[in-house]
Amino acid sequence: MKTDFKTPEPLIFERSRSGKEGIHVVESGVESPGISNLLPADLLRSKPIRELPEVSEVEVVRHFTRLSRLNHAVDLGFYPLGSCTMKYNPKVNEWAARLPGFALAHPHQPDIAVQGTLKLMENLESLLKEITGFAGMTLQPAAGAHGELTGVMMIRKAHEDRGNPRKTILIPDSAHGTNPASAVFAGYEVKELKSNERGTVDMDQLRQHLNEDVAALMLTVPNTLGVFEDEIMTIAALLHEKGAYLYCDGANFNAFMGIARPGDMGVDVMHLNLHKTFSTPHGGGGPGAGPVGVSTPLVDYLPVPRVVRTGEQQYRLSCDFPKSVGRVRSFFGNVGMLIRAYTYICALGKEGIKGVSERAVLNANYLRARLKDVFNLKYDSPTLHEVVFDDTSYASRNVKNMDIAKRLLDFGIHPPTVSFPLIVHGALMIEPTETEDREELDAFIAAMKQIAKEIEMDPEFVRQAPYTTPVRRLDEVAAARNPILRWCPDPEEKP
Amino acid sequence: MVMAERKYTTTHEWVELEDGKVRFGITTYAQEQLGDVVFVELPSDGETVSRGETMGTIESVKAVSDLYAPVSGTVVESNGELEASPELVNQDPYGKGWLVVVDPSDAGELEGLMDEASYATFVAEEKEKEH
Amino acid sequence: MNHPYFPQGDQDLREMMEIVGVSSLEDLFRTIPESIRLKSLLNVPRALPEQRLVAHLDDLSQRNCLGEASKRFLGGGAYSHYIPSIIDTVLLRAEFYTSYTPYQPEISQGGLQALFEFQTMIAGLTGMDVANASLYDGATALVEAVMMAGRVIKKKKTVLVSRTMHPQYRQVLTTYLQNMDLVVKEIPFQGSGSVDLAALAGMVDEDVFAIAVQTPNYLGVIENLKEIQNLLGDRKIFKIAVTSETLSLALLEPPGHFGFDVACGEAQSFGIPLSYGGPYLGFFATRQEYLRQLPGRICGETRDSEGKRGFVLTLSTREQHIRREKATSNICTNHALCALAATVYLELYGRKGLRQLAEVNTIRAHHLRSRLEGIDGISFPLAGPIFNECVIGLPDGKHEELQKRGYTIGPALGDDYPEFKDHYLMAVTEMNEPESLSELVDAARSLS
Repeated sequence: MKTDFKTPEPLIFERSRSGKEGIHVVESGVESPGISNLLPADLLRSKPIRELPEVSEVEVVRHFTRLSRLNHAVDLGFYPLGSCTMKYNPKVNEWAARLPGFALAHPHQPDIAVQGTLKLMENLESLLKEITGFAGMTLQPAAGAHGELTGVMMIRKAHEDRGNPRKTILIPDSAHGTNPASAVFAGYEVKELKSNERGTVDMDQLRQHLNEDVAALMLTVPNTLGVFEDEIMTIAALLHEKGAYLYCDGANFNAFMGIARPGDMGVDVMHLNLHKTFSTPHGGGGPGAGPVGVSTPLVDYLPVPRVVRTGEQQYRLSCDFPKSVGRVRSFFGNVGMLIRAYTYICALGKEGIKGVSERAVLNANYLRARLKDVFNLKYDSPTLHEVVFDDTSYASRNVKNMDIAKRLLDFGIHPPTVSFPLIVHGALMIEPTETEDREELDAFIAAMKQIAKEIEMDPEFVRQAPYTTPVRRLDEVAAARNPILRWCPDPEEKP
Repeated sequence: MVMAERKYTTTHEWVELEDGKVRFGITTYAQEQLGDVVFVELPSDGETVSRGETMGTIESVKAVSDLYAPVSGTVVESNGELEASPELVNQDPYGKGWLVVVDPSDAGELEGLMDEASYATFVAEEKEKEH
Repeated sequence: MNHPYFPQGDQDLREMMEIVGVSSLEDLFRTIPESIRLKSLLNVPRALPEQRLVAHLDDLSQRNCLGEASKRFLGGGAYSHYIPSIIDTVLLRAEFYTSYTPYQPEISQGGLQALFEFQTMIAGLTGMDVANASLYDGATALVEAVMMAGRVIKKKKTVLVSRTMHPQYRQVLTTYLQNMDLVVKEIPFQGSGSVDLAALAGMVDEDVFAIAVQTPNYLGVIENLKEIQNLLGDRKIFKIAVTSETLSLALLEPPGHFGFDVACGEAQSFGIPLSYGGPYLGFFATRQEYLRQLPGRICGETRDSEGKRGFVLTLSTREQHIRREKATSNICTNHALCALAATVYLELYGRKGLRQLAEVNTIRAHHLRSRLEGIDGISFPLAGPIFNECVIGLPDGKHEELQKRGYTIGPALGDDYPEFKDHYLMAVTEMNEPESLSELVDAARSLS
């Protein structure tokens, strides 16, 4: 079987043949009257599951090894995705999470049996509190969006405790879509605030909309343009004066970790993305983890269960927190990811944590300096760890940001984020992170300059990209019009 | 009341009066903004709709637009062709890509709508705002 | 400070700073108000070189005393199954685990095809038409199912949830629903351990829009989905079946064959390490007619500009990054790498192997139960059919005594089911070898 890109890798089902065995199952080894005497016939499946293939171990290994080669990944090259923080995933993290003492622990083991895991969790909470300046921390949420929802629910519970849950959450128009989605899920209405010409929160707009019905403002700091909301202390004060809370989306924490702390800025709630700032791998879309830090007034509302210390070096899980919002997921948290993040923080140490932001911001500003004459920069405010260009200088050639993105694939570089922020039409949101050296950045700059030239000389060439990837541009319209979401054993019976 | 020509709403729907019923769809500008339409969700026959409220959605690969009822009334018919061929909305937005026919409860509501020239100005202003 | 994770050389740092126009790294942060900038380093330990880091983590992991795998009989929503070594071979390929969400499908075909295969197998296992590319866990899957039911059947307010649904899943549902105008009513169970159908009949009224049951349920009993289907008839009520031991789907007739609308839950059993509770693998499958209401990411098949088959994330307009406040859910990530593990696991075991494995589980569970039955002081209060887990009564210190001898049975049921004080769940899988079963029986006998 060829391993070039010309032949598509068959679906495993297309390789299924009767009699092939992937693994030997142990025999039961005990006396038994047989399945049909143990369970009533009408509960048992009568037909085999045709969606499960019959293949050998060799084929499964080859199948996935070949599939892996169709993927780009951080370990292969540059991924300047804005607000995603695609930094290097340290390998020792993988080793740590797989230690048998950690990996084999069943969530229902008695507390006494898992003191190592519990201590690690407590350590991690303390470290994250120190790094963020918050009074309390929960490690439960499974992802950033999950953390956001947890955070907004805590805000709501705190308001309810004072007699009025309030009605609205204010969100800038530059925000990521999870912000309004989470607010609505928690039972609030969303009021959008227009950004000012610097791309930051318009203070007049804020003052205008801030009333006793507002439960909170959800900010991203720095915002999705990479600009620090320098009025943040004033914003916090205004909100607190009206009894409202300041929520901070921590997706961009890589910009100022070790330089400043949200807890010192008047922020009341912030979720962290461990799969961004704290190096846990993206895994092709997850799992991640979204711990949430809170200021003192909100500590009581943190989810359960929590790790509590019962003595010197003794820990247990407790649900005994009557004001808690409750459970937000099963068991304690995405412990495997928490272990990876903990390992990373220990590897960086106090200087390393600061070094992350210093170098991330330097890298981003270097790219900004060298690309600002090539692509349009809509907002010229100083930026931190990411910068947003757009495609408008090439509008006359009818080449869009998506085309530039696809052409970059031919250079072995993952494109920047192109789908947001919505306030920049045709956005190219670039975040290099700190784990790229100058050569990689220069190669990216060279590629972008090359593409800019191509847009001038031969726009159609750019519009038809990519050329050298395993597949050419895919028809997403057809996929949405006629969704085919699975293989079917009988094509005629396609659902 | 007789409406000689097509009228337009600020939410980019076009409206035509025929035999006392109101037929409407989305405009060329709207379908351009959306991109290739992949799915349309329309109200059922007999459903009551209120002017300005959402009564369906139009989905493209990159966006979902709410459909706002330009008038209040009862739904007479929704365009069944769009289930199999949503692309008609892009190809022929004023013809085969029509969306819904409504039996209006208050013909006066049509008075406030824009005519061809006003809508053209409105679209030009929207395009300005974008850049 | 230099560090292995910071690849910049000293000269490059200096030159880049010059090009950017700053004389010190501190200058880069001039837009952050001086009053909030930290004046000293954080109060966290110094960096550990990898050698010491490894020693530290190892020490922590050794403080866990888990007992022998074969003598652990823990259930309650997480199951100890053998994880084939090939899974890590695949998961540790950098192209899989260090790749990003496949928003640029042209360079993500590996991950996307794996998701497509995952969706196919989950649909097959549940007897449904389509499945999504995974959710966080079983608890949030239940929440998503109830939310979806509310979108399909509008204007009603009551959802019926069986009391034998995993207590943590019910708690999570309560947390999410507290901000919505919905009512949850609990369906009681009857003597044999399954849903009380007579009681259920009395609870079904005009305001009910959904019903959610777990099978096998938290007490280990397999629910009779056929009877529930008959009872509900053609009432417009959304039927949700939750499963937290997905291996059971290989042996038992699945929810899709009983007219259920959603089959969802926890697929940790398919090659995901126990890891003290996470990350796990929520799964979600439904009928074709509800396609556009599916939460989470979905992978679909299409063609490229040269006609070649390829895969893309599709129907993304339902998701938060486009629909924003009108999204079907606020979920952003899925658990892609866990779904990949499950995909490898399911393809390796395959049609015959998975069935065999399920049979070994149920044979051993029934065998252990029958040998423990009749030992003085030990009881099995529920007569309903089981897969690989059941309720066992171990009063008068018997549980602690067995624990002392190295047998971990649990979790305890008393907190969530007061009528089952001194009772525990006992799960038996292929990891509990026959010798251990015999030894447990001998130990139990010696207690009475």
